[in-house]
Parts: sequence; structure tokens; C-alpha cells
Amino acid sequence: MKSNGNGLRLYAILYLAFLYAPIILLPLFAFNDGTIIAFPLKGFSTKWFEAMAEDGVLKGAVINSLIVGSCTAILSTTLALLAARASTRFEFKGKGGIMGLIMMPLILPEIVMAMAILVVILQVFGDVLGLPTIILGHTLICTPFAIAILSAAFQSLDKSLEEAAYDLGENKWSTFRLIILPLVLPGIISALLISFTISMDEFILANFLGGTEPTLPVYIYSQLRFPKAIPVIMAVATCLVAVSISLLIIAEYFRRRGVAKTGGKDSGGFL
Amino acid sequence: MTERSSWAQWARSSAASGYALIATPALYALLLLAAPLATVIYLSFMTDGPGVREVIHTFTTENYVLTWTDEIYRSIMSRSLFVSFMVTLTTVVLAFPVAYFVSFYVTPSKKSLWLFLITIPFWTSYLVRVFLWKVILGYNGVINSGLLSLGIIDQPITWINVNIGAIVVTLAHAYAPFAILPIFVSLEKIDRSLLEAGRDLGESAFMTFLRVTLPLAMPGVVGAVLIVFIPTVGDYVTPDIIGGGKLPLIANVIQKQMLAIDNMPLGSAVAVSAMLIVGTAAGLFVLANARYLRVKK
Repeated sequence: MKSNGNGLRLYAILYLAFLYAPIILLPLFAFNDGTIIAFPLKGFSTKWFEAMAEDGVLKGAVINSLIVGSCTAILSTTLALLAARASTRFEFKGKGGIMGLIMMPLILPEIVMAMAILVVILQVFGDVLGLPTIILGHTLICTPFAIAILSAAFQSLDKSLEEAAYDLGENKWSTFRLIILPLVLPGIISALLISFTISMDEFILANFLGGTEPTLPVYIYSQLRFPKAIPVIMAVATCLVAVSISLLIIAEYFRRRGVAKTGGKDSGGFL
Repeated sequence: MTERSSWAQWARSSAASGYALIATPALYALLLLAAPLATVIYLSFMTDGPGVREVIHTFTTENYVLTWTDEIYRSIMSRSLFVSFMVTLTTVVLAFPVAYFVSFYVTPSKKSLWLFLITIPFWTSYLVRVFLWKVILGYNGVINSGLLSLGIIDQPITWINVNIGAIVVTLAHAYAPFAILPIFVSLEKIDRSLLEAGRDLGESAFMTFLRVTLPLAMPGVVGAVLIVFIPTVGDYVTPDIIGGGKLPLIANVIQKQMLAIDNMPLGSAVAVSAMLIVGTAAGLFVLANARYLRVKK
């Protein structure tokens, strides 16, 4: 049994190496003093990062992505808060069906959602594609992830705390503000950060719904076909990965603190 | 007030509160998911107009006839299904031992750290990850140049370059956490005393795994299969970047029809057909495993 566990451990570590292989290569090429993305490496250089800082189109794309990511995070976390609270605290007819519809973007192919939203917008509003339409699409796909995080936060909430507040004369809203909100706040922060991270990295919906406004992934995709542009893209991606991992670590910290705060047992994982 | 009527009142107000809360997110999903999907189905029966993004609202089944009879669409569709099938198989088979390891051999306090490590790569720059797989697997890629410089091979390996295999590896990498997490959750639910019972009754460790653990883990495996199989059909980034446009999958066809070629009705018909095929395959798979799903934990 013991040796069996060691074999599995070795496999799991190899699997992690497989998962991390591209991310580990990324900074190697970003700091490499050569234009071709291949081994052997030519030497250390920060010139791609300097070129990145001077790129105006890139800067515009980053700003677009930050706007979309922030709006998406706020919208989807708000929607998720309502849905998670409704599904964990209240019983009502058709709950399974309604929640199923809201969570469906998790398993639908992104291209199907992207084209569906595209045709509706074009048919109803005409050509209004831009950042707001990307935000609408991103909110749809980020909400289920935010619900998954917030449901866990609400589920570990002790109902008697709420009842105690009612008994002590608080009304529905003040109970929510004084008792529930502080306890699920770490979950809310975690949901905001995850939604932001997903939106920052999403390409397919942004490509379909963005019109002429590129977000960062749309810009990256347009550059991948030019071999000359690739080293700069490696530098951009290195920064992006560093930011994503930092945000995820913060999100994980808050998620765990939230679980600990409400006295739940950590079941781990975002999904 | 009797206890009974106050209970009834509470139940009523609970349902009311539930509806009040769920209304906004439900409306959002209706407007941005259900209505758009219905529109796609409607458009798939319409006729393409000559103008940019113009659709003539006359009923026709021609888009479907073309989708289902044209040799090109048929071959791309079957290639797509084959890729999705291979990706699902690879992802789930590779992921199961990892989920098993984390659930059975990692101390409880370290489990969430492992899950966190497994999910991190999933959240980081999808496009660049796909591109880097091309760099790793390509003709002059990391694997080939590494093996050449070590003298293990004297010719670059070609079977890992631009082909279906490279697409499968890349997608298996992208969907790894989607497979690991549901399997992990169902493994966590297994009552450990059942395994001891199996051993006490004289089964070997392997037979206990086969006859107790695996059937109980099947709900997670089915979940993993669905959550990998369905979305992979919609991926056009990976075939585009890895295959360089030489190995288009069905999502590339949809993307081209919707954007570049600007034939939305045909694009819609291809998308609806793809979803029907994938949905049917997924449904059959769930039915085939129904006996595992009905078992109560």
C-alpha cells in the first residue's frame, strides 16, 4: 500500500510538471536575447519588456481589458450574490431548473454563446459592438464561477446567527448588512478576483462581441501570427501570468479565510 | 396564531424571498442565454442576404441540407468529434490517478494546496499556453531540440508536430482541472469503511478498487466527461494556433461563417447541428452509466 502511494505521488508530480511546462517556459523566452522562440537561449535581455512598454496599441488593449474585467467582476459578483443567497437559503418551486439555466454557461461551448449573443445584438440593436457588449458576454460566463464560490460561503453560514439577529430586533436588510455580509465578505472578494481573472483572459467572446475594440487577449491573438512580434508577446504574457497568479493567491487566501470565519470545513478548490 | 399557520406563512414568504432574489440573475440568463440560443435556432432556418450581416427572413431547410450532406462539413464534423473524443479520453484517464492520489494519499490539511496548484495553470493566459505547446511540440521545438542536443535522436521527431495529436495534448492540458475536480469530489464522498469492508471480505486491493471505488467514483467521471467533451467541440483557438489553419475543426467553420464569410444562417445551422450531435452523444453516455448515477452515496 505504501509503495503504491509513492508511485501515485511520482505520477502526480509529473502531471504537475506537465501542467506547468508552458508557464515555466514563458519567462525563459521573455528574457531571452533572441527573436526566435526556440532553444538554445541566446542570453539575458530585458529589451522585450522595454519594447512592450512603448507599444501604444498594447496599452490601449490593456486599458480595455481592465475596464471590461472590472465591470464584469462587479456585475457577475452582484448577480451571483443574489443567486447564491436564493439557492442556499430559500426553497422555491423550479429552483433546480432556474439554477441549471444560470449555471449552463459552465458546460456550453464558448463559441455557441458568443455567436448567440452576437446575432441577438445585431438583430435587436444593430452594430453597437464594443466594450459594453463584451462586458455583457463576460458577465454571463463569469457568474457561474462566482456562484460556485459564493454558494460555498453561504452554505457554511450558520442559520442560527441570522435568527438570533431577528430575535434581537434587526430587520431583514440590517441583518444582511450586519451579520451575513461580513461573514461572506471574503467569498465576495474571492468571487470578484476570479471573475476579473477569467474576463482578463477570455478571448472567444471578446473577439466576437468586441467589434473594433480589442481587449488584451484579442490583441495577443492578432500578434501570434507575426513571428517578429512573438518575443514581445512572451513579455506581455509573463506579466499577465504574474498578475493572474498574484490575484489567484489573494483570492484563495480570502476564500480560505471565509471558510474558516464561518466555521466550515475546507473542501478546497474554486470549482 | 397556531404553529401550523405560522409555518405555512414562513414557507410562503421563503418562496417569495427566493423568487425576489433569483429574479435578476434568472432574467439575465434568459435574455443573454436562452433568448440568444433561440435566435440561433431561428436564424438557422433563414436565408442569407447579400448585404453585410443581412438575413432574409424566409423559411428554408437548405442550411441543414448543406451541413449534413456536404462532404467538407461532414469530414470536418467527424474529425471534430474524433478530437473531442480523444481529448476526453486522454484528459479523464490522465486525471483520474491525480484525483485519486489527492483524495486518498494527501493529508487533509494539504488537499486544498494541491487543488490550488492544479487549478492555477488553468487560469493563466489560455492563448499563450496554446502557443507555447506549439513551441514545445513543433519541428524545431523544445522537445526536438532538447533530444537532438542530448544525442538521443538524430532527426527531429515529426509525429508530435502539427497534427491531431498536438491538438489533443494541448486541449488535454487546457481541460485538466475540469476533469480532476469532479472526480476528486466524488472520491471524497466515498465512505472509507466500504473499502475496508471490501478488503476484510478477502478482495485484493486492486479488486476493491475495481469493484468498490471505481463504481462509486463514476458520477464524478461522468461529470468530468461531460464538462470536457461538450466545450472542446467549441474550441477554435487551439486548431487555429497549433494546426495553423491546416486542420480546421467544426468551431473554425462556425467562426468563419459567422464573421469572415458572413453567412449567419449557415453558421447557425452548423452550430445547432454540432450541438445536437454532441448533446446526443453526451446523453447516450449518461444513459449508459445511469446505473452508477442512481446509486445513493
